[in-house]
Amino acid sequence: MIELKGISKSFTGKKGSIHALKNVSLSVKKGEIYGVIGYSGAGKSTLIRCVNLLEKPDTGAVVMNGVDLTKLSPGKLREARSKIGMIFQGFNLLKTATVYENIALPLKLTGLSKQETAERVTKYLKIVGLEEKHHAYPSELSGGQKQRVAIARALAHEPEVLLSDEATSALDPDTTEAILDLLLKINRELGITILLITHEMNVIQRICDRVAVMENGEVIEEGITKDIFTAPKHTTTKKFVNTLFSHQIPDQMLTELNKTGHVVSLSFFGKASGEPALALVSKKFDVYPNILSGSIAQLKEESFGQLVIHLKGEFAEIEKALAFLRQQQVQVEGVVLDESKNKRIS
Amino acid sequence: MRAKINEFLELWGTDLWESTIQTFQMVGISLAFSILIGLPLGVLLVLTRPGKALGNKFFYQVLNAFINIIRSVPFIILLFFILPFTKMIVGTSIGVKGVIVPLVVYTAPYIARLMESALLEVDRGVLEAYEAMGIKTRHIIWHVLIRESRSSIILGLTIATIGLIGASAMAGLVGGGGLGDLAYRYGHLRYEVDVMYITVILLIILVQGLQSAGNRLAARLKKD
Ligand SMILES: Nc1ncnc2c1ncn2[C@@H]1O[C@H](COP(=O)(O)OP(=O)(O)O)[C@@H](O)[C@H]1O
Ligand SMILES: [Mg+2]
Repeated sequence: MIELKGISKSFTGKKGSIHALKNVSLSVKKGEIYGVIGYSGAGKSTLIRCVNLLEKPDTGAVVMNGVDLTKLSPGKLREARSKIGMIFQGFNLLKTATVYENIALPLKLTGLSKQETAERVTKYLKIVGLEEKHHAYPSELSGGQKQRVAIARALAHEPEVLLSDEATSALDPDTTEAILDLLLKINRELGITILLITHEMNVIQRICDRVAVMENGEVIEEGITKDIFTAPKHTTTKKFVNTLFSHQIPDQMLTELNKTGHVVSLSFFGKASGEPALALVSKKFDVYPNILSGSIAQLKEESFGQLVIHLKGEFAEIEKALAFLRQQQVQVEGVVLDESKNKRIS
Repeated sequence: MRAKINEFLELWGTDLWESTIQTFQMVGISLAFSILIGLPLGVLLVLTRPGKALGNKFFYQVLNAFINIIRSVPFIILLFFILPFTKMIVGTSIGVKGVIVPLVVYTAPYIARLMESALLEVDRGVLEAYEAMGIKTRHIIWHVLIRESRSSIILGLTIATIGLIGASAMAGLVGGGGLGDLAYRYGHLRYEVDVMYITVILLIILVQGLQSAGNRLAARLKKD
């Protein structure tokens, strides 16, 4: 659906030139939600802005449905853009226009008839759940409501793709959840492909099918969300995953516990698979598991849990217990003393 | 008292009325032309600013310098300095017609500056959102850039209009007429102080009225 091929982009600023994107390639499939995560300054915004050519890449191609957008004439590009919706962290609504006008004006300017415009505004305000706010001005709306208007404005052009540049980053956690649910609904019910960028792992966790991790203008890791969660390879990816599982166990305690057994972390999918396996372990082997910390993250399709446990017992028994756990599809990793004061699982 | 007022009006009423109309004419017509020139110049200043949509350093700097140069010349000097230009444009350098050219030359660059600062207040993100929706640049200029800054534009135009009233008072020197001319000719040159006081009061009322009307309109147009 969208293919970015070897995109590079430099900016020449006051302090010399910045290589914001270095030969980045991505491909987003039709109907999926693709997430790009990275720290601030990684080049995410530049990347997503290259998709609809708000930023013109120095080299590379942006291919959408087989057409290279970088090769289009200004007129054709405008046409293509009207089929690519975009939402932003700052909402970017007209302050001087009502909710209705904010959605209607761009439609009118792209040549839609008055009646058709009215129908679309009503339809999409309903989809985002703001029917009763037709006549409100943006200043009278909450952040979440403003983002809903912006989403309705984007959807009203009936795009095939929705680009989201940190759409939830300015919102509180509850509102973020609600907007993410809305994006999921749009994706599922209207079949709109979504490419989003974020610096928050929970956004990826909740709605993304696939994810790319960016750092210093490069994609350093890419894959299915589930795989990135279970087996992150790059340090930065691990850090992002750990923002969801922050098991903080004091080093001193670890040292103590390691004397009487073994501290390990268990990762597993599905709510059920972790604890029953653990219960079995204590029955089958001569070990005493003790849960130090645990948490579960709800991924788009299934839940992913992590437990940090202390297995007390003889070394040989512990080894057998761990082998058994691995057999049960539980991923086992040893916990070692970290250079930082508090241990985080990696 | 009443008799005195009647006597004064009898004597000066027509002159005052005519001068007021002349002031309105000069200011109105000059303002219209100044907006027609100044607003597009303001838009150009914003668009050609380095790093903006049509970023063009050379064009921007030339325009910028040009505006600064005109704006550094006091109106009274400009009035005489451009006499040949005035004559070339309207065929005469005196009367209301002859005054409008220097007033426009004086006010248009001022309006361009005021518009520039008003337009710069518009959030770049909104412009981008419209660009991303495939909207034509000229539509973005009118429906986003100018629309979103309309409150600041009105305030700027109010300031420009008041400046214009002040400048038009000096226009008497080339026979433009108007309230300022009346005050100067009778009040100063012939010591008819009553006439001077009344014209000054009329000017004060005019300026006050304009400013509060401008403020009120700007507040109504502002929705945030
Ligand atoms: N218009 C620009 N001019 C100069 N530098 C820019 C511009 N846009 C982005 N950059 C630089 O490019 C890098 C990547 O920025 P950005 O894509 O915004 O990162 P992110 O969205 O991941 O935070 C940063 O170093 C930023 O300063
Ligand atoms: Mg960004």
